[in-house]
Amino acid sequence: MEYLYFPGCTLYTKAQNLDEAGRECAKVLGFELKELSNWTCCGATFPLAKDNIMALAPPARILAKAKEEGSALTTLCSVCFNVIKRTNQLIKGDEEKREKINTFIEMDYQGDVRVLHYLEILKQEMGFDAIKGTLKRDLQGMKVAPFYGCMLLRPAEEMEFDDKEAPTIFEEFLESIACEPVDFPYKIECCGAFQSVGAPEVATECAYAILNSALKNGAEAVTTTCPLCQFNLDSRQREIREGHKDFPGIPIIYFTQLLGLALGLSVEKLDFDLNDVDPRPLLREKGLL
Amino acid sequence: MGKVGVVLCPCELEGVSRFDPKGVLEGLRGKEGILLFEDSPSICSESGMEALRAFLGEGEVDRAVVACQKPDLLAPTFKRALGRWGFDSSLSDVVDIGPALETGDGSDPQGTTEKVLSAIEAGIKGVRGRSPAKKGEGAFLTRAMVIGGGIAGITASIDLGNAGYEVLLVDRLPSIGGRMLQLSETFPTLDCAQCTLTPKTVETGQHPNIRLVTYSEIESVTGETGNFLVKVRRKAAYVDWTKCTGCGLCQEKCPSKVPSEFERGIGPGKAIYTLSPQAVPNKPVINREVCRYFTRGKCRVCEKICPAGAIDYEQEDAFIEERVGAIIVATGFDLYPKEEIGEYGYGDVPDVIDGLAFERLLSASGPTAGEIRRPSDGRIPKEVVFIECVASRDPERYMPYCSRACCMYTGKHARLYKHKVHDGRAYIFYMDIRSMGKGYEEFIQQGMEEDGILYLRGRVSRLFRDNGHVAVWGVDTLTGKKVEIAADMVVLATAMIPSRGVKELAEKLHIKTDEYGFLTEAQWKLYPVETEVEGIYLAGCAQGPKDIADTVAQGNAAASKVQTLFSQHRNSSLPRSDS
Repeated sequence: MEYLYFPGCTLYTKAQNLDEAGRECAKVLGFELKELSNWTCCGATFPLAKDNIMALAPPARILAKAKEEGSALTTLCSVCFNVIKRTNQLIKGDEEKREKINTFIEMDYQGDVRVLHYLEILKQEMGFDAIKGTLKRDLQGMKVAPFYGCMLLRPAEEMEFDDKEAPTIFEEFLESIACEPVDFPYKIECCGAFQSVGAPEVATECAYAILNSALKNGAEAVTTTCPLCQFNLDSRQREIREGHKDFPGIPIIYFTQLLGLALGLSVEKLDFDLNDVDPRPLLREKGLL
Repeated sequence: MGKVGVVLCPCELEGVSRFDPKGVLEGLRGKEGILLFEDSPSICSESGMEALRAFLGEGEVDRAVVACQKPDLLAPTFKRALGRWGFDSSLSDVVDIGPALETGDGSDPQGTTEKVLSAIEAGIKGVRGRSPAKKGEGAFLTRAMVIGGGIAGITASIDLGNAGYEVLLVDRLPSIGGRMLQLSETFPTLDCAQCTLTPKTVETGQHPNIRLVTYSEIESVTGETGNFLVKVRRKAAYVDWTKCTGCGLCQEKCPSKVPSEFERGIGPGKAIYTLSPQAVPNKPVINREVCRYFTRGKCRVCEKICPAGAIDYEQEDAFIEERVGAIIVATGFDLYPKEEIGEYGYGDVPDVIDGLAFERLLSASGPTAGEIRRPSDGRIPKEVVFIECVASRDPERYMPYCSRACCMYTGKHARLYKHKVHDGRAYIFYMDIRSMGKGYEEFIQQGMEEDGILYLRGRVSRLFRDNGHVAVWGVDTLTGKKVEIAADMVVLATAMIPSRGVKELAEKLHIKTDEYGFLTEAQWKLYPVETEVEGIYLAGCAQGPKDIADTVAQGNAAASKVQTLFSQHRNSSLPRSDS
C-alpha cells in the first residue's frame, strides 16, 4: 500500500527524528510513504477569521496537488494534519468557499482526498493487532504518558479523529508496542503552542504542569505526535528547572521513535541525539539499547 | 351530501403580496359542490363570526374548509364556534396555507396562487371524504385520566376529584410523588418537600374519586375527546398487591443489594422495593434484573418471609382498558445524563454528582439521613463546587434552552450545605442568575450575604480526579482570572430534559413534541395547557422545564380546562354521585 506523504517544514529541520523514524517504520510495516512532489508550507495555522480565504490557499494547493498524485494524504505533524484536514473539510462542505479558493489558486479541487494521520493508518488501515506480531524489541514495562495536545482532536466535529475529552487511540498504539500507557489529566491540554515565541514563560509553565502531572502519575517518558508539543515539552525543560529546582526531568520521545524501537530499527535511524532530554539513559536502563 | 363552505381568511396575510387571493377565489368559483364565503370581514371579529355563522347556516352547507396562514390560533376558536352553532365540527378542517406561501419569493405570484389553490382543494377533498358523527354514538364521558403522578399530576387529580369527576392516575413507577418526592427542602421558603407533598400523596391515595394505576404504562390510545379508549399495561410486580399489607418485611430481608435509582445511585436499594417508607400505594415490586431468584434461580427469601403470601413469581403483565373523556399528560423530566458530559469526566468521577443526587444527600430520608457525606469515601466535604447551566444554554454541544429551576435550586443547595457544614466553603459557578419569582431574588441575596456563598461568574472547563480531590478548572469572568479549586465534591445542575419514552407516548396520543422532545402546547401564549388534540392537556415539566410553583399552577390550569370541557357535557354522563 502506498500513501502520499506530506512531511511539512519542521520535519525537514527540527523534527527529523519524527520524520525519519516514521518513514523507516513504514518500510518495516509494509506500506510506503511517497513524498508529495513540490510541497509547500501548510500555512501552519488554520485561520481564525472565517473570511480569511487567502490563508487557506497553501493547504488547498497541497490538497489539489495530492489529488493529482493519489487519493489519500498522510501527515505526521499534528499541526499540518489539523490545517490540511480542516481545509479539506471546508472545501468539501462549503460550495461558496470552494469556488473562491479554486479561483484563487487557479486549480480545481473538490475536497475528495482523504487526509490521514499516521496513527490512523496504523489503527484503521493496518490494525494495531497486526503491529503486535512484528515487534522485535520488548518495551514491556515502560511507562509512557501519551500527550495528545489539541491539534489532533479539536475541533472534534471537523477533525473526526477521536473523543475530544477522553481519546484512546494513543493508548491503543502504546499497548500495541507493549508499552504501559499512563493516563494523566493533562494529556489533552495545550502545550503552550506559539506562546513559546511571544511569552515563553507562559509556555514553560504549561509544560511544567503537563510534565509534573505525567510524572506524578508514574510516567517514565512522554510521547508526542507534534513537533510543537515536542519543542515545548522537551526543549523547555531547561527553563522549567530554573524555576523549579526539584524538577527531575523526563524524556520526550516521538511516537515514531518508540514504534521504531519496538520494530527493531537500528538506533542510528531513530535519531535520539536530536531529543533535547536524552532518552538513551532510560532506554539503556530498560535494556533496550 | 351538502356543499362544502370554503373560507379564505383574509386577515394578516403576510404573504398577500406574494399571491393573489382573488385569483384563488376565481379558481374555486364554479367548482361543483362548494360555496364560497366572499367579501367577509376578518372572521376572528365579532361581525366576521356572525357572517360566518349566517353563511354556514344557509342550509346547503354541511362541511367547511377554512384556509389561513397561522392556524394554531384560529383553529381552536373556529372549531369551538362550530360546536356552539350546532355544526358537526368533525366535518370541517382548517387548511394551513403558510407552507404554500413560504415557497414563493414574490417573483412568481401566479405559481404561489396555484399552490394555495391546490392546498385548499386538498382540504375540500379531505372533508368530503368524512362521514358525519352518528348521533348518540360514544357517550361523552366525564371521567379523566392523568398520566404521571408527580406534583403536576397529583395537583390536577385532586382538583378534578374534588370537582366530582372520576380520575384514573397512571404512573410507571410503583408509587406516586414523582421527582418532588426525591427533593429535600424547596425554595424559596425551605419547606421540607416530603412534609409538603406527603399529605397530597396520601390525599390522592384516599380520595374517593381518584383511582391509582401505578407501575403501569400507556399501551395505546384511540378515540377522541369525550371518549378515549386507553389500553394500559400493568407491569408485573411479582407481588399480589391485593394480598400485600405493606409490612416491609420482604425489603428488610431481601439479600440482593443494588444502588437505588430513586437514590440516584448513591444509596443502596433492594431487589424488592418501594420508593420510600411513605410510598403511596405502599406496595413493593420486584426488580427482576437484579433479583437473585430471577437471575440465578435460587433464593425466594421474600416468598418465605411474607406473612400475607403475596409474593407471586409467576405474575405476568396485565392489560386493562379504560374509557375516559379527557387526558392530562404530566410525565415530568429527567436530568441530562452526566455520563455524556466528557469535560466533566463522563460520570466517572465519583464525587461529581447531579442536583437530584445532592437532594438525596440533603434529605432526612436519604441514604445519609441528611448528613452531607461524599460518595467516594463518606467524608464530609469541606470545599463544594456547584456548577450551573451544565448542558443547558449550550447550543453547540447540548441543550440551547435555560432549564429555569437550576439557578434557584443551586442557590438552595449551597445554602442548605452551609446550614449543615458551617466550616465548609461553597462556590457557585454561574452564567447569569435567573431568579424571577416571588421571593426568589431575596432568597439568592440571602445566600450571598448571610450564608457567604461565593458566586463566580464563569464556566468550568474541566473536572478530573486529582489526589483525593476533584480538580475544578474554571474562570471568573468578572476578574478575568483563571480559578482552580481542589474540591471535595462537585454538584452539577444538569439540564432538564423530557423523561424517557415521552416521544413514544406523544405518538400514541397524536400530540406533538418539540425538537428536544418536550410536549408541545396548542399555542404558547393563549392555549398553554391545551394540545392540538381536543381533550388532551399538558401539565408540568413534560411541556418544558419549570419549577414546582409553575408546575402546580399548570396542574391547576389543566384540571380547570378539563372541568370546563366536562361541564359542557354534564348531562350526557353524570360524574359519580358518591363524592
